Formats: sequence, structure tokens, C-alpha cells
Amino acid sequence: MEADAYLDAASAAPLHPVARQALLAALEDGWADPDKLYTAGRRAQQLREAATATVASCLGVRPDEVTFWPSGTAAAHAAVLGGLAGRVRAGQTFVHSAIEHSAVLHAAARHGDAAEVGVDRLGRLDLDAWASAVTRPGVALAGLISASHEVGTVQPVAAAASLCGDVPLYVDAAQTVGHAPVPAGWSLLSASARKWGGPAGIGVLVVRKGTRWVSPHPGDDLHRPRAQGPLDLPAVVAAAASLRAVQAEAGTEGVRQSKLIGRIRSTVAATVPDVEIIGDPDDRLPHIVTFSCLYVDGEALLHALDRRGFAVSSGSSCTSSTLKPSHVLEAMGVLSHGNVRVSLHPGVSSADVDRFLAALPGIVAGLRAEAGL
Amino acid sequence: MTVVDSRGRRCPLPIIDLAKALPGVEVGGMIRVLADDPAAANDIPAWCRLKQQEYAGSPSPGVYEVRRLS
Repeated sequence: MEADAYLDAASAAPLHPVARQALLAALEDGWADPDKLYTAGRRAQQLREAATATVASCLGVRPDEVTFWPSGTAAAHAAVLGGLAGRVRAGQTFVHSAIEHSAVLHAAARHGDAAEVGVDRLGRLDLDAWASAVTRPGVALAGLISASHEVGTVQPVAAAASLCGDVPLYVDAAQTVGHAPVPAGWSLLSASARKWGGPAGIGVLVVRKGTRWVSPHPGDDLHRPRAQGPLDLPAVVAAAASLRAVQAEAGTEGVRQSKLIGRIRSTVAATVPDVEIIGDPDDRLPHIVTFSCLYVDGEALLHALDRRGFAVSSGSSCTSSTLKPSHVLEAMGVLSHGNVRVSLHPGVSSADVDRFLAALPGIVAGLRAEAGL
Repeated sequence: MTVVDSRGRRCPLPIIDLAKALPGVEVGGMIRVLADDPAAANDIPAWCRLKQQEYAGSPSPGVYEVRRLS
């Protein structure tokens, strides 16, 4: 029997072995309230401080700029709403790319006054439109995803930041942290441990010194801005330990995964007729590729691949609860049906990719034949 | 003009209907697709680009026009 291949790391990467070890160890010591002054509390506090320092060092920032949140989504919401709240005197407008994660778009919708900037066919930000949008009066905050979570295209963060002037830039780096360096120039950043092999339910927010940020949530008795309620400290420790481990491997893993993605891009284009390979072929994340198969139902394709042991994601409308296609694919103007996103992690072997590439053409041909084509 | 009525059909069915109607239209002729699936607004222009046909626009919501070029 063939082994299953999990190819949806961009949704949730399997737990890294270091995360598992750190989680088990921290369960022993990290259960107490880290803000208490007795011995067990101080032990928890030491763990929290060590984890914070580790994440800060991995991201190249100061420990007091880092806070942990109950998820990447919560951290993204806090970045947008807190960044806007901190700038009410400067204005109301949130300028963001059309390909932000839905967490950012939902926060933008809550705020109300948002201006969207488009992307080109490869999914890259329109820098001219960005420049005119961020320099209009009344802009409070700008938001740009570091690289598209759906198609992998890397965004021109440094160039976009240099155009922002006094407007703080928020970067959603969920797909980049742990995989590739994050460019400089931003004021706020969020990330998600589940995307780099840490446990689910840990988000990271970085607010650089000098950036005005006001918590969008009711405060508590603590002096530092942070998420409401107690932290899942063992999970934070596991998130930090796995980030350090993943970053240490990122150079060699990135090269290996990027080669596999390159092989998927070229092989699918050669072996599947009427397919659109989406996103920038070169300036992309090492671990993500997206393509759309003409005349194929995305949900049927996802299930057919699942039956053969391949777990993938899809941006097609039939796979979404809203029955609308992915806003990222729409913003790029690329085909949205028959869509598959493959995303890799260290556990995906070259043989797994070969089996996927061998199975795909027959599955697509079978679905097209069922549709009478 | 050839009219393809794909109302009530979910993507990719409107695109399949369009592709099946294409051979019955002479080069230079127009096809009008009626489709209420929200993905059609994105996927009909994308199909035209991929298949080298001309997307002639959407005269009203849920109505899309395509000119056969080849």
C-alpha cells in the first residue's frame, strides 16, 4: 500500500519533532501563572521570557516588541485594529493589498474605511497604485502580506515600505516566517506557529518601538499590551523552540523544497493539458505552488486526490463556504475553478512528489471525461 | 448570436457549456453566456485568455459575451 502524502503545510504544517519535545517538557514546568511571584510562577515566567527572547532573536527584533496571541488570526486582527487605533489622530484609512489573508480583510471590514490596492497577473503588488494610495491624506495604516498564502508570490515588502513615509506598515508574514527571511521596513508583523511546524493556537505579534499601537480589546491589570486571558505557555515554548529549529534548517530545506516546487510547476504544465500554473515562477516562496485545471470541479479534484492519499487545498468556489472563488485568484484574474494548492514541509519526500505527479494527469482526465469533454 | 444558458449551474459547468458551444459558432461570431454562478465573472475572461478567444465584456450582471477568434 502507498503511503499518504500530506501536501497542505500552508494550512497547517505537521508538528516539528522539536516542538513535540519542547511541548512535553514545558507541560511539566509551564502550567503556573507566569505573573505570580511564587516559585512555580517564576519558573513559568522564565519559560515565557526565554521563549519570547528566542522568537525575538529569530525575527531580529527586541523581546519587548514581541507578544503571543491565541492564533495567527488573533494576532492579525490585533495588528490591524490596534495599529489603526493607535493612529486615529492621523486618519482612518487602512490601505491594503487585494491579496491579504481573509483574517486581515475581515479586520479591515470591521474598521470600515479601507482602500484596496491590486496585483498583476503573477500576484505581485501594483507599486504605483500603492504609492498613490498610501500617500493620500488620512491614511492610518498600510497592510501587505509578505508572500501570498495561496499562490506563493513574494511581495515587494521593502519597496512598499519605502513608499509609506510616516504611515506604519503591517506585514502578515505567516507564510514567510520559518521559510525565508522577512524583508525590513515594517512597523508591525504577525505570524502563526502552525505554519512553521509549531502547535496550532499560537500567534505572534511584533510591534516595533516607536509604533503607536492601542489594544483593540478591553485591558487587564498587566502593564504590557498582550492578548486577553492566560497564555498557553507550553505551546508558546514549543512554538519558539520549533521556530529556532526550523530557521536553522530553512536554508537547506528551502533549496530542497523549492526544487520540488519547480519540478511540480514544470511537470504539471507538461503532463496536464489545459492547465494554468499560477504565481511568479521565480520570485516565490520555496514551499507553495498553485495551479488550475480547466473544466474540472475543484471539490471533485480535491476529493479524488484525497482518495489516492494526497491532501491538498483549493481556492475554487465549490470548496468555500461562501460559494465564491478565492479573492486572491480573482484579484490576479486567473482561472479559479479546478484549483489545487500544494504546499510542502520537511516530511514531504521527492518520492511523494513523484507519486503525486504520476497520479494527477489521470485523475484530471477522468474528471474531464465525466463532464463529457 | 449563440446564447448559452448556464443559469443555475455551478462553476465549472458554465465554462464547459461555453467550450462546448464554441465549435458551433463561426470565427468572428459571438457567444452570449448567461450564468449566475459568482465564479463565472472571473473564469469566463480567464478562459478566453487561456483559449485565445476574445472576452467582449459583460453588458449586464450575469451576462457575458465572447467572440470566437480561432
